Amino acid sequence: MEAYNFKEIMSKPERLAPGHRMCAGCGGTIAVRGVLRALHEGDKAVVGNATGCLEVSSFMYPYTAYEDSYIHNAFENAGATLSGVETAYRVLKKRGKLKEDYKFITFGGDGGTYDIGFQSLSGAMERGHDMVYVCYDNGAYMNTGTQRSSATPQFADTTTTPAGKVSNGKVQIRKDLAAIMAEHHIPYVGQTTFTANFKDLHTKAEKAIYTPGAAFLNVLAPCPRGWGYEPSDLMDICKAAVDTCYWPLYEVVDGKWSITYEPKEKLPIEDFLRSQRRFRHLFKPGNEELIAEFQREVDRRWEELQVKCSK
Amino acid sequence: MAVRERLSGNEAVAYAIKQINPDVMPAFPITPSTEIPQYVANYIANGEIDTEFIPVESEHSAMSATVGASAAGARALTATSSCGLALMWEELYVAASNRLPIVLALVNRALSGPININADHSDSMGARDSGWIQIYAESNQEVYDNFLQAFLIAEHKDVMLPVMICQDGFITSHGVENILLVEDDQVKEFVGEREPEHYLLNPNETLAVGPYAVSSYYMETKRGQREAMINARKVILEVANRFQAMTGRQYGFFEAYRLEDADYAVVIIGSAAGTCKAAIEEIRNTTGKKVGLLKIRVFRPFPEEEIAAALTHVKAVAILDRSEMFSATSGPLGAEVRAALYQAKGTAETVNYFYGLGGRDITVEDFCQVYDNLEKIAAEHKVTDMYEYIGLRS
Repeated sequence: MEAYNFKEIMSKPERLAPGHRMCAGCGGTIAVRGVLRALHEGDKAVVGNATGCLEVSSFMYPYTAYEDSYIHNAFENAGATLSGVETAYRVLKKRGKLKEDYKFITFGGDGGTYDIGFQSLSGAMERGHDMVYVCYDNGAYMNTGTQRSSATPQFADTTTTPAGKVSNGKVQIRKDLAAIMAEHHIPYVGQTTFTANFKDLHTKAEKAIYTPGAAFLNVLAPCPRGWGYEPSDLMDICKAAVDTCYWPLYEVVDGKWSITYEPKEKLPIEDFLRSQRRFRHLFKPGNEELIAEFQREVDRRWEELQVKCSK
Repeated sequence: MAVRERLSGNEAVAYAIKQINPDVMPAFPITPSTEIPQYVANYIANGEIDTEFIPVESEHSAMSATVGASAAGARALTATSSCGLALMWEELYVAASNRLPIVLALVNRALSGPININADHSDSMGARDSGWIQIYAESNQEVYDNFLQAFLIAEHKDVMLPVMICQDGFITSHGVENILLVEDDQVKEFVGEREPEHYLLNPNETLAVGPYAVSSYYMETKRGQREAMINARKVILEVANRFQAMTGRQYGFFEAYRLEDADYAVVIIGSAAGTCKAAIEEIRNTTGKKVGLLKIRVFRPFPEEEIAAALTHVKAVAILDRSEMFSATSGPLGAEVRAALYQAKGTAETVNYFYGLGGRDITVEDFCQVYDNLEKIAAEHKVTDMYEYIGLRS
């Protein structure tokens, strides 16, 4: 793989055309563009998609935003659907009906990936199809109006875990999907988000796409409506997620865990929580213990990750 | 030359799959269809075919992967039964509306609950509105023959619809019968290769499948599916004619058995037609009463006009349903056959029966009673119950 050149990478032709209907400041769209940018120019791909914001906004009949062949099937089966496409590819190649090479990349939100499509994802990864499953994780069911998912962080105010007089938002801590995927012992798992030069996302996407076998990418992809932030704050929020170690950047290559970015100074979790409306109730006087609890969970997971990465 | 064999219905379908050597088969086991993917996996393991088998983790994924493979340009199929079909429900509609020429080997089994592994038609009848062509069989020979015709119907450019090839769980799926197999090279020539027009892996054009369609577009897709179903009528018969030219075995929308001069007729789907035929012979031989049978082969598209025409001269008709639809009036076959007769201004009295739910046996004696009842109904012009049960414990 060539050395990362920001200007060069950013000047590559877009494979997600403008004109789609995703919101301004949406992390999902940026994740898709970033991942597809890692496809080498001239390489063909079939893009899959679980039902969600991305699907209903990027392929509204009769317009598609995708330059590549694309398939949306349903909400809970992006893994299985692309495994069928990839298998068709192998058999058509084997039988001499197709000469060209293709890559297979599918996108799902955390609803379609952590929850309703979890079984389909697990099956596709376990079977080892040569494909990449990309979760654009915005931490709730945003397409239906911000209902909690198993990716929603503890204490987040969602429409099914509303903060109220006797409620502090979501009770449970979030599922660690990248770790679960790593436990499938697939060749490549990466957790990433948008950093200033997009190198982390690009490098991991390229590895995921060009590593033979099943690969999984978890991309933190903030949602301005669901999280409650100004669209222009997107990059600052991603930076805070990484620098507080709420969302550590790491990868697991052939079972070897490694942190790909270590903050010089681990920032307090308030720096991530403060700018988001979904955590506003945590900053009311008397709720200091909730923030402390959030911090303890972040610390615990960060330490656990460091242990895994030191082996 | 045809090859004589003794095969179960599941073996017969698996053998047809072997002869067709399709591209992709995702499947998940469920009684009583489990043997079909097992046989196919064995053919692959022994190098007899090079189909790619995907051992998926559920039936929902089985149909999802089949949809993906078919959209990609492959000839794809799967097999299932009962709750497996129920788990695929959402995907059945996706397959049909995406106009994917998938074939599903369905081994009919009762839906839960209570859980039951034996034959009835509640699984496929529940899927009757999903946009799939449905073809049913009485015997192992028929299910084999139907399967060989399935891809030709599904992939026809005027159709492009998925096809369900149905047989009765255990009764034919596990029952071994004498069967005539078509020779391998004849099958290859008959079925040919899939030549997709638009597909994901076409290097010359990209394709987007599965759009979000707002109300300005959705309705036209449904109209398109209906048009394809209408076209399927002609194509099903054309394929049947080609099949007859190859094998001598004749198929249509239904089989009319001793119906031409019949005063009393039974309309039925599936393996119980064989028992009904035995009853017809017995009645005709012992009493001379003119009794006959209309055995549905093609339920979707529904051959409404042809059924009505075949029953115009009949005095009374018993329509036998092997599944409930809980309308509290009739079963699915009962409702549709009655509608066909009404539309054709038919004069026959009709009565609807439920039989064989969850594998309950139906005997020659049962059919004799049905014909007795029809005679009474015709004489009195009075149907006491719009629907009755056969073999219900009192």
